[in-house]
Formats: sequence, C-alpha cells, structure tokens
Amino acid sequence: MKAREKRLVMVLVGMTVLGLSGWLVFNALGNNLSYFFSPSEIAEGKAPQDHVFRLGGLVVPNSLQRGEGVDVHFVVTDNAKSIDVLYSGILPDLFMEGQGVIAQGKIRADGTFVADEVLAKHDENYMPPEVADALEQAHQKGVTGAAN
Amino acid sequence: MSEFFAMGGYGLYVWGSFGAMALLMVAEVIIVRQQRHDMLTRLRRMERQRTAPPVSPEKESGK
Amino acid sequence: MNSRLINWFKLSSPATFYPFAGRMVPWFSWIAIILLVIALYLSFFVAPTDYKQGEGYRIIFIHVPVAWMSMFIYVIMAGWAAVGLVYNTRLSAMMSEALAPTGAMFAFLSLWTGALWGKPMWGTWWVWDARLTSSLILLFLYIGFIALKSAIEDPRRADRAGAILLLVGVINIPIIYFSVRWWNTLHQGATIKMSGQTSMDETMLIAMLIMTFAVWAYTIAVVLLRVRTIILERERDTTWVRTLLQEGNRR
Repeated sequence: MKAREKRLVMVLVGMTVLGLSGWLVFNALGNNLSYFFSPSEIAEGKAPQDHVFRLGGLVVPNSLQRGEGVDVHFVVTDNAKSIDVLYSGILPDLFMEGQGVIAQGKIRADGTFVADEVLAKHDENYMPPEVADALEQAHQKGVTGAAN
Repeated sequence: MSEFFAMGGYGLYVWGSFGAMALLMVAEVIIVRQQRHDMLTRLRRMERQRTAPPVSPEKESGK
Repeated sequence: MNSRLINWFKLSSPATFYPFAGRMVPWFSWIAIILLVIALYLSFFVAPTDYKQGEGYRIIFIHVPVAWMSMFIYVIMAGWAAVGLVYNTRLSAMMSEALAPTGAMFAFLSLWTGALWGKPMWGTWWVWDARLTSSLILLFLYIGFIALKSAIEDPRRADRAGAILLLVGVINIPIIYFSVRWWNTLHQGATIKMSGQTSMDETMLIAMLIMTFAVWAYTIAVVLLRVRTIILERERDTTWVRTLLQEGNRR
C-alpha cells in the first residue's frame, strides 16, 4: 500500500468512527435536546414536575381571554391533549390564535401552566396575503365539500 | 419614501440585518485588498535586500 | 480522461493556481455585484409582503443565503482538509485558510440576522434550542480553526492540526441541517426542502435564490483574492514568486 492510500484509509476510517459515535450519542440523547414538551407529553408525565420547563403547541382558536392589565389566559393544544396557560406580559407580534406558541413556566397544582415567558413559533410558509386568503377559502371549501 | 424605510414598523430589524451584512462585506473586501498590498510591499522589500549587491566596507564608510 | 487528470494536478500547484485565481477575481466580482443589485431590487421592490410577518420577513432574503453559505463553506474547507491530509497538496491547506474568515463572517451574520428576526417575530433575540445552538457552535469552530492555525508556528503541523479539527467539526453540519426535524425547536422547519416541496411564494423564492448566487460569487471572488496573498507568503522562497517580485521591483 502506498503512503497516500494508507492516509486515505486512515481519513476514511476516522470519519466513519466519528460519524458512528456521533450517531450513537444523538440516539442516546433522544428527546432530551428538545426545546419544549407538547401537552400530550405533559399528560404522560414526561415533563419535569416541580421545576421550570417549556410547553409548545397551538393556541386554541377563541380561547384567548384578556384579564386585568397584561394578564392573558389561553389554551394550548397539540390536537390530542390541551392545557390552560396563564401569562402576564406582552405577547410577541406573531402570537395568534391557531398559531404555534412556546411558553416557559411551571405547572400549578390544579394543572394550569403559569408562564413567565411566551414566544411565538411560526411556520416555514411565506406568501402574500391574497394567496393566503385563497388557500384558506380553498381549504374551507374542501372541508365543507368533504362534509357534504 | 419614509414609509419604505419604516418597513411596516420592522425598519430597525430589517435595516439592522441588511446594514450589518453590507458593512461586513465591504470591510472584508477592503481588508483583503489591504493585506495583499501589505504582503506585496513586504515581500518586494525583502527581495530587494536579497538581490542587492553585497555592501563593500569602503562604501559603508563612505556614507 | 488522462489529460484532464493531469490538468487538475497542474492547477493544484500554487504556481499555476496563482495567476489562474488572479484572472478569475474580476469575473466573480462583477457577477457578485450584478447579482447583488438584482437580488436587492427583487427583495425590496418585487417580492410581496408576507401574510403574517408583514415587511419584517424580508430578513429571510439574507438570513437564509448567509446561513447556507456558512454551512457550505465549512463543508468545502473540510473537503480541502481531507484532500490535504491524503495527498499532501500544498494548495489545499491554503484554500481552507483563505475560506475560514469568510465562513466565520457568514456564520456570524446568520446569527446576527437571526437575532434581529427572532426579536420581533418570536419575541426573543436568542434561545438555546438545537438549531440556534448548533449554529453558534459552527461560529466557534471557525474561530477555533483560525486560532489553532495561528497558534502553531510550524506551518505543516498547523495545516495538519487544522485539517483534523475541520474533519471532526464537520459532524456539526448535518446536526444544524436536521436539528429542526430531529428535535422540537423554536426555529421553524426548512422552507426549501430536499424533497423539492417549497412552502414559499415564487417571487420570494427567486429573490432568495439570486441572493444565494450573489453570495456565492462574492465568496469565490474574495477567497481567491485572499488565497493569492497566502500563496505569496508561503511560497516566498520559491523561484517563481521571487521572479514575480523582481519583475514588480523593476517596474
């Protein structure tokens, strides 16, 4: 084997070992690197009980209630389970009913999530408003059409 | 015009992004050209010293 | 076939690459300038307002190309590192050295534009989610590479150490790319997917792609210019550089 081939094999073996060990590490880490928990995961008891964690999901339409000052109350769902959220503070621009949201805080004894920070999680879709309207109408037509 | 720069209330964020990119790209070009200029001057000076005829003692004292 | 192979090896010698790079710089500079102008025009005057983020979404026209470029430059550097380790070519280490500062600049810009985009839209400059954290690690890898190379006196040892760092760090690239799919992150999923399905308006997409090509051309131009300086410095004792310098001195 020439010296050049030996070095090529060395680099290839090194990269393979590195890739494999990286893959093992990330398999082992699994969901621990996740930034937030969904309402279903919380219902299954996967979320930490007595310290701060993050909750992620969609804001249930028409669930937003404004209390005194900047107090707000809304429901977060992952379409399987839902959870009540209390927050007092300014909501980000993209916070909307039906949209993704991530809240950081603790679960109270009564099962309500008390948030001290709320972030909006947006999707990867970008389009002008006319297209969004057209899509929305087509979707509703499709839904009613399917129902008929 | 001012409406364009306001970017619907996001002016600070949009121009902060585009401005930083423009600034860094222009700065990088200036730095890279300067580095090349400096390197050429340095190496040419070195080369002049290497190729210069050896200095004789008489010439040295004549200075 | 054979002659093409020989040409490649010839081009990989610094003495042939130096004038070749010099001829390429003006071409790519002009391509970069023209594409930048077109991309900026499309970004601000043609692309429509987003239905949800209003004008604020226009940051995407630089955020995505810059983030792509920061990952792509790293992969190219790692490729050069592998070639350098295997074939002991002098040019490969010079190429990765010339690419590093530009890569670091784009890595920084992707974080900077991301922060300026995240603040109004998400409500925060920064979060420690998988996408953002792995992008920060990429910036650190660039800085680490530059620091490592400048810390080792002997250039050949510096080249080898730098190459190994680059190859080890390349594992971070798939992590950045797939982080939004593997874990729950605040960062949204990819707009441009490998499967070809794109969730973006066509004019927006075109503006973003042209900006990407502009950034490409810019990178090629500035890196070729930088590698010429590096070649001069590291080959200063060879006859071809000395002849070149003597010609310069005579002028």
